[in-house]
Amino acid sequence: MPERLLEIEDLRVEFKTRDGIAKVIDNLNISLQTGETLGIVGESGCGKSMTALSIMGLVPIPPGRIAGGRILLDGEDLLQASEPRMREVRGNEISMIFQEPMTSLNPVYSIGDQIAETARLHEGLSRADAMARALEMLRAVGIPAAERRINEYPHQMSGGMRQRVMIAMALACKPRVLIADEPTTALDVTVQAQIFDLLNDLKEKTGTAIIMITHDMGAIAEMAQRVVVMYAGHIIEQADVGQILTDPRHPYTQGLIRCVPHLTQTPSVERPPLLEIPGVVPALSQLGSGCSFAPRCQYADAKCRAEMPPSTAIDSGHDVACWLTEREAAA
Amino acid sequence: MANISIIVVKRILNAAALILAVVILNFLLIHIAPGDIVDTIAGEMGGISPELIAEIRADYGLDKPLYEQLGLYVLRILQGDLGHSFFYDTPVVTLIWDALPQTLLLVITALSLALVIGTIFGVIAARRPNGAFSHLITVLALVGFSAPVFWTGIMFLIAFASFFPLFPPAGMAAPDLQPGSLDYYLDVLHHMVLPVLTLALIYLAFYSRLSRASMLDVLGSDYVRTARAKGLSERVVVYKHALRNALIPIVTIAGLQFAQVLSGAVLVEAVFTWPGLGTLALEAILRRDGPTILGILFFSSVVVVIFNLLTDLTYNLIDPRIRLGSKE
Ligand SMILES: Nc1ncnc2c1ncn2[C@@H]1O[C@H](COP(=O)(O)OP(=O)(O)OP(=O)(O)O)[C@@H](O)[C@H]1O
Ligand SMILES: [Mg+2]
Repeated sequence: MPERLLEIEDLRVEFKTRDGIAKVIDNLNISLQTGETLGIVGESGCGKSMTALSIMGLVPIPPGRIAGGRILLDGEDLLQASEPRMREVRGNEISMIFQEPMTSLNPVYSIGDQIAETARLHEGLSRADAMARALEMLRAVGIPAAERRINEYPHQMSGGMRQRVMIAMALACKPRVLIADEPTTALDVTVQAQIFDLLNDLKEKTGTAIIMITHDMGAIAEMAQRVVVMYAGHIIEQADVGQILTDPRHPYTQGLIRCVPHLTQTPSVERPPLLEIPGVVPALSQLGSGCSFAPRCQYADAKCRAEMPPSTAIDSGHDVACWLTEREAAA
Repeated sequence: MANISIIVVKRILNAAALILAVVILNFLLIHIAPGDIVDTIAGEMGGISPELIAEIRADYGLDKPLYEQLGLYVLRILQGDLGHSFFYDTPVVTLIWDALPQTLLLVITALSLALVIGTIFGVIAARRPNGAFSHLITVLALVGFSAPVFWTGIMFLIAFASFFPLFPPAGMAAPDLQPGSLDYYLDVLHHMVLPVLTLALIYLAFYSRLSRASMLDVLGSDYVRTARAKGLSERVVVYKHALRNALIPIVTIAGLQFAQVLSGAVLVEAVFTWPGLGTLALEAILRRDGPTILGILFFSSVVVVIFNLLTDLTYNLIDPRIRLGSKE
């Protein structure tokens, strides 16, 4: 029986904007198990990063506000935890790497110092021991000539190398959860594959559970065991990766997967034309009472536009929030 | 690298041309102004013969055509000779050289004070960008920057030298004190307070504003977010990770502003009769001491042009270095 490491229950995050309150995350439920990789996918602006920042306790308040819910790490509610306690959690029990490796490292400190800082902070290592740890981590993330590069500054490294440094820094204290927020979006394709391999490899070795945030279904197929699909602050579908790829139920998920045809089809089979989902994510402060995807959905009817569909289990571990499933069941 | 040396040479030639233009302009300005030194001398002696006037004019080369005087002037400057002061009967270079240390004392003290306190203010303001202190800084900066420096100086004089006579109104030290003694230095310190405050105030406002902006910028950066995600305390995030980055533009601008502060000092010195370049300039203007005025104008133009040249060169040199460094 896998242990539930991190559980998010009914999380709601709001932002005060010029046009009113934006419900950036609404009723989010996620559970992450030990040693698992959970993928979170969705278009830009759907609240993926905000979910990650909520777990880290780094939502900018104000203008942000945690409007409700719980985030349980081994049963401890992080939303109720004190700031000193959260500082113990960050970088130690839950680490995060970011989308922008070029700007996420401090330009005025050497990479060795930046990695060692985390180890000194959380494990009270001496400077020498912390540097030894930094070196060990740099080797673990596959940085060549680590003894030399440990003294280099971020601007002396390529984007891929910097992201490796970020990973080394995040894993320096052997966290139980690693949140990777689009770790490869800014990198070119060959480097992307290397980073995925590295993350998979490190996960095998350390048992760290990973929350992999991306809008790339290909990355999900490569990395994740479970997938959460988000749209405009809601989870609209959640299932094991196999189910999502072969049997997506929500029209939005279907659209996402159709955008990447090679995931499901062998090259010999004739492909349908490459499709994209028409329209854009609506402004969060202007969401009505209906399904937030309805304006872009080809199946939408009056009910879809009037009422938000609840999340329904259609299979073991496969939840969908769409009126279509109800219609199909009735038919 | 080749195009960098071309840029450097171009900039230096530009600067040289600029200085030459300044020399010509300064010279013409002085000669357009009605009256010259001979009128002054004649006035002071009270009724002298036209023959004597002509003789003095010939002595100083004032009888030659204007372009010839200009040519001679430029030639002498190239030899490092800024001429001879009629009034002080001393080479102008010596006058400037003697006045410069006092001005530098004023400028460097004021600039350092403004820089340190301004940075502290700015950082405090940036940590609560919508707090009362932050707004106070904005208002202070506006007032400090728009109030003319001589007006601030005179207000200080009225308030702290006359109404509350806490500080001496003029000069640099009591004349009876021996330079080099401790009492002398303490007295200089006492005399320095008001002029330094006057000068520092404008730049304090400026640096508070600048460091507030720079700090806000850095606090919103990705690497500060990374520092927070490591679990570092807010103090370490702000003072270790953010401040050092925020200081880079502040220090750069401070270095480049040096020339500008120097010109501000001229006015402050005039208000407080501080024996530096500014007072020398004022005195020279009142005495119609042409060579001294020209010398000081020339000297300050050269300082400004050189500092501008350094600005240009720093930007041109820093840029490719960063680009080369990030490639690998
Ligand atoms: N400071 C803020 N003020 C107001 N709204 C904000 C703020 N920060 C984020 N948001 C809103 O929160 C929503 C979710 O943003 P988030 O960064 O989580 O998106 P994302 O899914 O990570 O997108 P991306 O793929 O572009 O990274 C967006 O609609 C965004 O406009
Ligand atoms: Mg994001």
